[in-house]
Amino acid sequence: MKISISKIIIFIFVIFSLSVFWNGLKINNNYDTKSLIGNRISNFELIKIDDSDKFITEEDLKQNNYTLINFFASWCGPCRNEHNYLLNLSKKNTKIKIIGINFKDRKINAINFLKELGNPYNFVGADKDGKISILFGIYGIPESVLIDRDLTVIKKIVGPIDQFQYNEILNLIK
Amino acid sequence: MKIKTFFFIVCIFFASPMQASNDQARLLEVYKNLRCLVCQGQSIADSNSDFAATIKLVVQDQFNEGKTEDEIYKFLISKYGEWIVYQPTLNKNNFLLWAIPYAALFFGGFVTLLVLRGAKNNKVN
Repeated sequence: MKISISKIIIFIFVIFSLSVFWNGLKINNNYDTKSLIGNRISNFELIKIDDSDKFITEEDLKQNNYTLINFFASWCGPCRNEHNYLLNLSKKNTKIKIIGINFKDRKINAINFLKELGNPYNFVGADKDGKISILFGIYGIPESVLIDRDLTVIKKIVGPIDQFQYNEILNLIK
Repeated sequence: MKIKTFFFIVCIFFASPMQASNDQARLLEVYKNLRCLVCQGQSIADSNSDFAATIKLVVQDQFNEGKTEDEIYKFLISKYGEWIVYQPTLNKNNFLLWAIPYAALFFGGFVTLLVLRGAKNNKVN
């Protein structure tokens, strides 16, 4: 039986196309920003929510062993769900400092939110127009970013912190 | 002298709106190439979402600082990954994506040539 070159080429092309589609189906298409892990945070400056004269920069973050940067807002329902985990983390662990970034919120509402639920944060800053959130690859809140002393992102949590995420944070900062 | 002054004033009068509209057009091009990550199939230019509004602010700031389109894309890719741009940059992960259309074109041409040759040979025989 004579097999022509064109038939072989067509066969190879079909097999190649099928394998590309097959592999494409297996890829997880859920978007997340885990690619940020390993990157370093830079150009960071955060103004205190209730005192615009006070602010922290990346130099201040370098003083902490670990820093958890948590984006929250008083209008965000899931932020209430994760709040107890943040309170536990701040009470039980001295290795970690928690920075709260109040995202597109009114100052008075944010202060009342913390009065009502408790304040787990070592510093609360304001991100009124959301520009700071872009530095951390945030696309919805709540989101949290765990960084080490070198300002390298070691974990990114999209959505509220739950028991599983809480345990993972504890493991990472052991 | 009066004519020169007149032309100078006319140039200034028209130049700044033209520059502004050019900048707006360039900004719009950047917005169009950015994907709104929280929307269904919309670009940053099309979307009125909170996320799109923030990205527009950041892009505008960087643009005013004199950064080029490529620098703006690079910054946003470093924060959100390649998914944020509609036209991904060429790298080893998406090499095939760029190469396959050209390969398909070449392959199609090759197959057409073979078919035409075969038809010609059949005719001669």
